Amino acid sequence: MSMFGQVFVKNNQYKLKGDFHHLTPNMPIRNADDDWKLLGVTNPRAMTYIHSYGGEAIFFESLSKGKLLATRCDNAECGTTGSVYIPFRICCPDCLSKMSVIDLTDVAKKSATVHTFMECARSGAFNLLDKPIKFINIEFDGVSTILMSYLVVGTPRFGMRVVPIFKTTGPTYTILDLAWVEEGTTAEQLPEGFGF
Amino acid sequence: MITFSQQQLKIPRLQRPVYLVTAGQSKFDRAFPDKRTEELCIDSFVMAAELLDISPAELKSYIHSCYYGHFADHFGDQLLGESVIHDRLGLDPLGNVGVKTGGATGGSTIWEGVKAVASGYSDCVLAMGWERMDEVPTDEGNFLISCAADKDWEAPLGHIYTGYYAVMAQRYWQIFGKSEESFRRTLAEIAVKHHGYARFNPFAQSPMDITVDDVLNSPVVAYPLRALDCCLMSVGAACTILCDEDTAVKLTRNSKNKPLRIWSAAGSHTLRPADRLDMEIPLLPNETPDQYKDLGERFPGGDRYPGFTGFLAARIATYYGYGMAGITDPTEDLDVVELHDAFTISDVQTYEDIGIRPYGEGRTYVESGDCYHTNPHTGEPGKLPSNLSGGLIGCMHAVGATGIMQTFEVATHLWDRWEELHGDENLWKKFDREKPKDWTNLQVKGAKRGLAISHAGVGSHVTSTILMDPDHLIKKDA
Repeated sequence: MSMFGQVFVKNNQYKLKGDFHHLTPNMPIRNADDDWKLLGVTNPRAMTYIHSYGGEAIFFESLSKGKLLATRCDNAECGTTGSVYIPFRICCPDCLSKMSVIDLTDVAKKSATVHTFMECARSGAFNLLDKPIKFINIEFDGVSTILMSYLVVGTPRFGMRVVPIFKTTGPTYTILDLAWVEEGTTAEQLPEGFGF
Repeated sequence: MITFSQQQLKIPRLQRPVYLVTAGQSKFDRAFPDKRTEELCIDSFVMAAELLDISPAELKSYIHSCYYGHFADHFGDQLLGESVIHDRLGLDPLGNVGVKTGGATGGSTIWEGVKAVASGYSDCVLAMGWERMDEVPTDEGNFLISCAADKDWEAPLGHIYTGYYAVMAQRYWQIFGKSEESFRRTLAEIAVKHHGYARFNPFAQSPMDITVDDVLNSPVVAYPLRALDCCLMSVGAACTILCDEDTAVKLTRNSKNKPLRIWSAAGSHTLRPADRLDMEIPLLPNETPDQYKDLGERFPGGDRYPGFTGFLAARIATYYGYGMAGITDPTEDLDVVELHDAFTISDVQTYEDIGIRPYGEGRTYVESGDCYHTNPHTGEPGKLPSNLSGGLIGCMHAVGATGIMQTFEVATHLWDRWEELHGDENLWKKFDREKPKDWTNLQVKGAKRGLAISHAGVGSHVTSTILMDPDHLIKKDA
């Protein structure tokens, strides 16, 4: 019986368990307009990648705990010291020094507004979000950047106040654990597994 | 705030003049079940040789190094595809290198080739690009394209690139388009124009005789962008031959092709639009510091630059390119352009980034009729026609080949060979395509200078490639 591939790290080495690929035979591609002559073959392949978040791991772990982290350059000699970044960056884009991790959850709850948005009727293969997907790009007070995420309750508009919600039950440990709802949304309106 | 040092603002200088002597391309289509990629590459190379009236073998004898644009290994399921093509072209043991900069791969490939000749490393190079986007179903193709977004922070949000452009389209429409229905119709006009021009291009994948309402009624992909606002997913190849002056003279002695001077420059900006910091607008030669002082008053919300409405990489690529070639006003100095219309909105954004129109006023390039071969309002030639090939919306977006296809198209105008190369009945038959009864010659009469913009991601890489008739240079020592 097959099981999804699972990975843990011991002594700084990946330890693998389960199935990381599935064998499927090639199938011929034939030309129906020319006596079913051979044109090619299918090359089926299902793979599982082993991806490290590296220095950003704390960000994704924190989503599952209901916290939104950002980073700030505290290098006094940097020309942009004090700048706050989310998406979380490990090193300052100007001085390249390692930045300080800060908790942006309260700032997000109090100041997040929609900079721009769109509704996506289609998605690429393998996408896990329900359609239509409401993309929003979010501004925060005192933050230099504009975060891309998705809205799950409300109709997006410019300047709309939104608050973060977190998938703390059954987290995926991906960026999908962070979503947004219109300010004033109640806990009962949130999708399964999400909380404020 | 991004600032630039004087060293970074230096205008690049080629060590010697570089010439484009020929180019070629394959048929472009959504799928080629009956052809391998190398067959398409060879088609393009053979065409390039034919335009010089020499054999492919003779053309190969001049080539000293090769630059190959192939963006997506995972699409073609072949790592080191460059090595396969190089071998099939019979160009071993010459040095070759693969170039990958997303949608700008074709332009970046030319950029690399130009530098190789300018430096003296090679006197003659091949710059070739291709893409194989038919080895997976379309939804998986969209997934693979979305892998060019940040895989942890952006790609999981839809796995569809159109969405990443749609947030820009929304912002641009509401800020600079003032949410006017007329602006949305202007965007649709771009799709009508490009699918329409594709009707006169035998290489083109998506010729369509459509109306603005057809575009506005096409299925929503990512609102406000609809299916007909979007570029194609294509298969095909294109190439060009770049050389020094002596080689250019030798290679063109029996040809209708006149060697064309070529310059190429590049810019970049963050992969994630989220990371784009507010900054002052870098100015092009036809702009003044004062003209943007009241941008936020004229267009409330429009004063964050580049934000989600501009492409800094395009601005920087043209800042360098215009400086190299001596261009001070693109609308006055150029005769024809091919722009990277990945989406109708990005076409408009690019008009502003490259100085055809000031920021906030891109729509007027379309509405004035200046961008058409023949101005629909006056019946006179458009002031600066764009995307007469059909662009990425009507002709193709076989990613690694796209920037080279654009350069090929510009060159055909400067050679005064557009009619010959697009109207050839045999070519239409060879491609199994029907030449329209109302086929129209889109040759830009008297064209001497042109520009191609090649663009990646949501503006992560952009190149500007400038071609000029050497007898009509703007800057004599360029």
